[in-house]
Amino acid sequence: MKVRVHITLKPGVLDPQGAAVRRSLDSLGFGGIEKVRQGKVIELDLKETDVLKATAQVEKMCEKLLANTVIENYSVEIL
Amino acid sequence: MRAAVIQFPGSNCDRDMAVALDKVSGNNKQTQMIWHKESGLPHGLDIIAIPGGFSFGDYLRCGAIAARSPIMNAVVDFAKKGGYVLGVCNGFQVLTESGLLPGTLMRNSDLKFICKNIKLRVETTSSHFTSAYTNGEIINVPIAHHDGNYNADQHTLDILNNDDRIAFRYINNPNGSMNDIAGILSENRRVLGMMPHPERLNDPLLGGIDGNRLFESMATTLVSA
Repeated sequence: MKVRVHITLKPGVLDPQGAAVRRSLDSLGFGGIEKVRQGKVIELDLKETDVLKATAQVEKMCEKLLANTVIENYSVEIL
Repeated sequence: MRAAVIQFPGSNCDRDMAVALDKVSGNNKQTQMIWHKESGLPHGLDIIAIPGGFSFGDYLRCGAIAARSPIMNAVVDFAKKGGYVLGVCNGFQVLTESGLLPGTLMRNSDLKFICKNIKLRVETTSSHFTSAYTNGEIINVPIAHHDGNYNADQHTLDILNNDDRIAFRYINNPNGSMNDIAGILSENRRVLGMMPHPERLNDPLLGGIDGNRLFESMATTLVSA
Protein backbone atom coordinates (compact mmCIF):
# COMPACT_ATOMS: atom_id res chain seq x y z
CA MET A 1 0.00 0.00 0.00
CA LYS A 2 1.31 3.41 -0.93
CA VAL A 3 1.03 6.13 1.64
CA ARG A 4 1.87 9.80 1.33
CA VAL A 5 2.73 11.93 4.31
CA HIS A 6 2.43 15.71 4.12
CA ILE A 7 4.48 17.64 6.63
CA THR A 8 3.78 21.33 7.02
CA LEU A 9 4.93 24.01 9.42
CA LYS A 10 2.39 24.85 12.08
CA PRO A 11 0.60 28.17 11.60
CA GLY A 12 2.57 30.98 13.19
CA VAL A 13 5.96 29.27 12.83
CA LEU A 14 8.27 31.49 10.83
CA ASP A 15 9.18 29.98 7.46
CA PRO A 16 12.24 31.77 6.07
CA GLN A 17 12.44 29.38 3.11
CA GLY A 18 8.83 29.99 2.17
CA ALA A 19 9.44 33.73 2.44
CA ALA A 20 12.48 33.48 0.14
CA VAL A 21 10.47 31.49 -2.41
CA ARG A 22 7.76 34.15 -2.29
CA ARG A 23 10.28 36.92 -2.93
CA SER A 24 11.79 34.98 -5.82
CA LEU A 25 8.38 34.37 -7.39
CA ASP A 26 7.66 38.05 -6.91
CA SER A 27 10.85 39.00 -8.73
CA LEU A 28 9.82 36.71 -11.62
CA GLY A 29 6.69 38.78 -12.02
CA PHE A 30 4.23 36.51 -10.20
CA GLY A 31 2.58 39.31 -8.28
CA GLY A 32 -0.14 39.09 -5.71
CA ILE A 33 1.33 36.23 -3.67
CA GLU A 34 0.55 36.96 -0.06
CA LYS A 35 2.34 34.04 1.52
CA VAL A 36 4.32 30.90 0.65
CA ARG A 37 4.73 28.05 3.13
CA GLN A 38 7.13 25.25 2.33
CA GLY A 39 6.74 21.68 3.55
CA LYS A 40 7.74 18.10 2.81
CA VAL A 41 6.13 15.13 1.13
CA ILE A 42 7.26 11.65 2.09
CA GLU A 43 5.99 8.59 0.19
CA LEU A 44 6.09 5.16 1.73
CA ASP A 45 5.44 1.75 0.26
CA LEU A 46 4.10 -0.56 2.95
CA LYS A 47 3.47 -4.31 3.04
CA GLU A 48 0.38 -3.62 5.14
CA THR A 49 -2.89 -3.92 3.19
CA ASP A 50 -5.32 -2.80 5.88
CA VAL A 51 -6.02 0.93 5.58
CA LEU A 52 -6.68 1.51 9.27
CA LYS A 53 -3.59 -0.39 10.36
CA ALA A 54 -1.42 1.34 7.77
CA THR A 55 -2.70 4.76 8.83
CA ALA A 56 -2.05 3.99 12.49
CA GLN A 57 1.43 2.71 11.70
CA VAL A 58 2.37 5.80 9.65
CA GLU A 59 0.94 8.15 12.26
CA LYS A 60 3.24 6.51 14.78
CA MET A 61 6.16 7.03 12.40
CA CYS A 62 5.26 10.71 12.13
CA GLU A 63 5.15 11.10 15.90
CA LYS A 64 8.45 9.28 16.41
CA LEU A 65 10.55 10.52 13.50
CA LEU A 66 9.02 11.95 10.34
CA ALA A 67 7.64 15.16 11.84
CA ASN A 68 8.93 17.42 14.59
CA THR A 69 5.65 18.06 16.33
CA VAL A 70 7.07 21.10 18.11
CA ILE A 71 6.87 23.02 14.84
CA GLU A 72 5.28 20.72 12.28
CA ASN A 73 1.86 19.24 11.52
CA TYR A 74 1.44 16.09 9.48
CA SER A 75 -1.31 14.41 7.54
CA VAL A 76 -1.42 10.87 6.21
CA GLU A 77 -2.93 10.12 2.82
CA ILE A 78 -3.56 6.57 1.61
CA LEU A 79 -2.97 6.40 -2.15
CA MET B 1 36.01 14.39 35.37
CA ARG B 2 35.23 11.40 33.18
CA ALA B 3 33.87 12.52 29.84
CA ALA B 4 32.62 10.81 26.71
CA VAL B 5 31.90 12.14 23.23
CA ILE B 6 29.24 10.54 21.06
CA GLN B 7 30.19 10.07 17.41
CA PHE B 8 27.65 9.89 14.59
CA PRO B 9 28.37 9.48 10.90
CA GLY B 10 28.93 13.11 9.87
CA SER B 11 30.08 14.39 13.26
CA ASN B 12 33.06 16.67 12.65
CA CYS B 13 33.74 18.45 15.94
CA ASP B 14 34.08 15.24 17.95
CA ARG B 15 37.87 15.35 18.22
CA ASP B 16 37.96 19.07 19.01
CA MET B 17 35.46 18.37 21.76
CA ALA B 18 37.60 15.51 23.11
CA VAL B 19 40.71 17.73 23.10
CA ALA B 20 38.85 20.44 25.03
CA LEU B 21 37.54 17.90 27.54
CA ASP B 22 40.91 16.15 27.92
CA LYS B 23 42.52 19.47 28.74
CA VAL B 24 40.45 19.83 31.92
CA SER B 25 39.75 16.19 32.78
CA GLY B 26 42.93 15.42 34.71
CA ASN B 27 45.48 12.69 34.34
CA ASN B 28 44.55 9.25 33.06
CA LYS B 29 41.04 10.35 32.34
CA GLN B 30 41.06 10.45 28.61
CA THR B 31 37.75 11.27 26.99
CA GLN B 32 36.06 8.18 25.63
CA MET B 33 34.68 8.18 22.11
CA ILE B 34 31.40 6.32 21.74
CA TRP B 35 29.99 5.23 18.39
CA HIS B 36 26.28 5.86 17.84
CA LYS B 37 25.48 2.18 17.35
CA GLU B 38 26.49 1.32 20.90
CA SER B 39 23.48 0.77 23.10
CA GLY B 40 25.12 1.27 26.47
CA LEU B 41 27.47 3.76 28.11
CA PRO B 42 30.63 3.03 30.08
CA HIS B 43 30.14 3.17 33.84
CA GLY B 44 31.26 6.14 35.89
CA LEU B 45 30.83 8.91 33.32
CA ASP B 46 30.43 12.46 34.65
CA ILE B 47 29.50 14.10 31.39
CA ILE B 48 28.54 13.21 27.85
CA ALA B 49 29.19 15.64 25.01
CA ILE B 50 27.32 15.57 21.74
CA PRO B 51 29.54 17.27 19.19
CA GLY B 52 28.91 19.49 16.21
CA GLY B 53 28.83 18.36 12.61
CA PHE B 54 26.26 17.16 10.14
CA SER B 55 25.09 13.88 11.61
CA PHE B 56 23.43 11.72 8.95
CA GLY B 57 23.93 14.53 6.45
CA ASP B 58 21.25 16.65 8.14
CA TYR B 59 18.74 14.41 6.33
CA LEU B 60 15.06 14.86 7.25
CA ARG B 61 15.83 17.55 9.89
CA CYS B 62 19.13 18.48 11.54
CA GLY B 63 19.79 16.02 14.35
CA ALA B 64 16.56 14.09 13.79
CA ILE B 65 18.08 10.77 12.77
CA ALA B 66 20.94 10.97 15.26
CA ALA B 67 18.41 11.59 18.03
CA ARG B 68 16.83 8.19 17.25
CA SER B 69 20.10 6.24 17.09
CA PRO B 70 20.65 3.42 19.64
CA ILE B 71 23.11 5.32 21.85
CA MET B 72 20.66 8.17 22.38
CA ASN B 73 18.33 5.96 24.42
CA ALA B 74 21.23 5.51 26.84
CA VAL B 75 22.05 9.24 26.75
CA VAL B 76 18.43 10.15 27.51
CA ASP B 77 18.41 7.67 30.43
CA PHE B 78 21.72 9.10 31.67
CA ALA B 79 20.28 12.65 31.56
CA LYS B 80 17.03 11.59 33.24
CA LYS B 81 19.04 10.13 36.09
CA GLY B 82 20.72 13.49 36.58
CA GLY B 83 23.74 13.02 34.31
CA TYR B 84 25.39 16.00 32.67
CA VAL B 85 25.07 16.41 28.92
CA LEU B 86 26.57 19.11 26.71
CA GLY B 87 25.40 19.52 23.13
CA VAL B 88 27.14 21.95 20.82
CA CYS B 89 25.81 23.02 17.43
CA ASN B 90 24.54 19.80 15.81
CA GLY B 91 24.68 18.40 19.35
CA PHE B 92 22.16 21.08 20.44
CA GLN B 93 19.93 20.07 17.52
CA VAL B 94 20.19 16.41 18.60
CA LEU B 95 19.22 17.38 22.17
CA THR B 96 16.08 19.24 21.05
CA GLU B 97 15.15 16.41 18.67
CA SER B 98 15.58 13.87 21.46
CA GLY B 99 13.35 15.89 23.78
CA LEU B 100 16.06 16.61 26.37
CA LEU B 101 15.75 20.33 25.64
CA PRO B 102 12.62 22.21 24.57
CA GLY B 103 12.08 24.04 21.29
CA THR B 104 13.78 23.46 17.98
CA LEU B 105 16.47 24.92 15.71
CA MET B 106 15.25 26.06 12.35
CA ARG B 107 16.95 27.38 9.20
CA ASN B 108 18.78 30.69 9.80
CA SER B 109 16.46 33.57 9.03
CA ASP B 110 18.65 34.80 6.14
CA LEU B 111 18.97 31.20 4.86
CA LYS B 112 22.77 31.45 4.86
CA PHE B 113 25.33 29.21 6.51
CA ILE B 114 27.11 31.53 8.95
CA CYS B 115 30.69 30.84 9.98
CA LYS B 116 32.27 33.63 12.01
CA ASN B 117 33.22 34.81 15.47
CA ILE B 118 30.37 36.37 17.37
CA LYS B 119 29.83 37.90 20.78
CA LEU B 120 27.76 36.17 23.41
CA ARG B 121 26.48 37.41 26.73
CA VAL B 122 26.67 34.99 29.63
CA GLU B 123 23.12 35.12 30.99
CA THR B 124 23.52 32.89 34.00
CA THR B 125 26.44 31.63 36.01
CA SER B 126 24.15 29.39 37.97
CA SER B 127 25.08 26.13 36.24
CA HIS B 128 27.98 23.70 36.22
CA PHE B 129 28.69 24.81 32.65
CA THR B 130 28.92 28.55 33.23
CA SER B 131 30.07 29.02 36.83
CA ALA B 132 33.58 30.15 35.80
CA TYR B 133 32.18 33.12 33.86
CA THR B 134 30.77 36.28 35.40
CA ASN B 135 27.13 37.24 34.99
CA GLY B 136 26.58 39.46 31.97
CA GLU B 137 30.12 38.91 30.73
CA ILE B 138 30.58 39.22 26.98
CA ILE B 139 32.65 36.48 25.37
CA ASN B 140 33.86 35.76 21.85
CA VAL B 141 32.95 32.36 20.43
CA PRO B 142 32.70 31.11 16.83
CA ILE B 143 29.49 29.93 15.23
CA ALA B 144 29.26 27.71 12.16
CA HIS B 145 25.74 26.67 11.31
CA HIS B 146 22.89 26.77 8.84
CA ASP B 147 20.13 25.90 11.28
CA GLY B 148 20.63 27.81 14.50
CA ASN B 149 17.42 29.79 14.57
CA TYR B 150 15.97 28.86 17.97
CA ASN B 151 12.20 28.59 17.99
CA ALA B 152 9.80 27.71 20.77
CA ASP B 153 6.25 28.63 21.70
CA GLN B 154 5.66 31.61 24.00
CA HIS B 155 4.91 29.39 26.98
CA THR B 156 8.29 27.65 26.64
CA LEU B 157 10.11 30.97 26.20
CA ASP B 158 8.42 32.29 29.35
CA ILE B 159 9.56 29.25 31.32
CA LEU B 160 13.13 29.55 30.01
CA ASN B 161 13.22 33.24 30.93
CA ASN B 162 11.54 32.92 34.31
CA ASP B 163 13.61 29.93 35.43
CA ASP B 164 16.94 31.49 34.43
CA ARG B 165 17.49 28.73 31.90
CA ILE B 166 18.92 30.87 29.10
CA ALA B 167 22.66 30.32 29.37
CA PHE B 168 23.86 32.52 26.51
CA ARG B 169 22.37 35.20 24.29
CA TYR B 170 23.73 36.68 21.07
CA ILE B 171 24.72 40.35 21.22
CA ASN B 172 23.96 40.77 17.50
CA ASN B 173 21.48 38.03 16.66
CA PRO B 174 22.97 36.33 13.57
CA ASN B 175 20.28 33.77 12.79
CA GLY B 176 16.86 35.01 13.87
CA SER B 177 16.74 33.07 17.15
CA MET B 178 13.82 34.02 19.36
CA ASN B 179 14.86 36.18 22.31
CA ASP B 180 18.45 36.12 20.89
CA ILE B 181 18.85 32.67 22.44
CA ALA B 182 22.21 30.97 21.79
CA GLY B 183 22.14 28.34 24.52
CA ILE B 184 19.66 26.90 27.02
CA LEU B 185 19.66 24.69 30.09
CA SER B 186 17.35 21.84 31.00
CA GLU B 187 15.00 22.08 33.95
CA ASN B 188 17.56 20.43 36.27
CA ARG B 189 20.30 22.67 34.75
CA ARG B 190 22.40 19.61 33.88
CA VAL B 191 21.83 19.59 30.14
CA LEU B 192 23.19 22.50 28.11
CA GLY B 193 22.61 22.98 24.41
CA MET B 194 24.29 25.83 22.54
CA MET B 195 24.93 26.70 18.90
CA PRO B 196 28.31 28.48 19.33
CA HIS B 197 31.46 26.36 19.60
CA PRO B 198 33.34 26.83 22.89
CA GLU B 199 35.61 23.89 22.00
CA ARG B 200 36.94 25.87 19.05
CA LEU B 201 38.24 28.69 21.20
CA ASN B 202 40.12 27.14 24.07
CA ASP B 203 43.75 27.82 23.20
CA PRO B 204 45.59 31.03 22.29
CA LEU B 205 46.71 29.27 19.11
CA LEU B 206 43.08 29.11 18.04
CA GLY B 207 42.67 32.85 18.49
CA GLY B 208 41.21 32.96 21.98
CA ILE B 209 40.41 31.14 25.16
CA ASP B 210 36.91 32.37 25.98
CA GLY B 211 35.52 28.88 25.38
CA ASN B 212 37.82 27.30 27.90
CA ARG B 213 36.02 28.44 31.00
CA LEU B 214 32.97 26.44 30.01
CA PHE B 215 35.07 23.29 30.29
CA GLU B 216 36.82 24.56 33.41
CA SER B 217 33.41 25.21 35.00
CA MET B 218 32.51 21.58 34.46
CA ALA B 219 35.85 20.23 35.61
CA THR B 220 35.85 22.14 38.88
CA THR B 221 32.44 20.87 39.88
CA LEU B 222 32.28 17.46 38.23
CA VAL B 223 35.11 15.72 39.99
CA SER B 224 34.85 11.95 39.82
CA ALA B 225 34.63 10.03 42.98
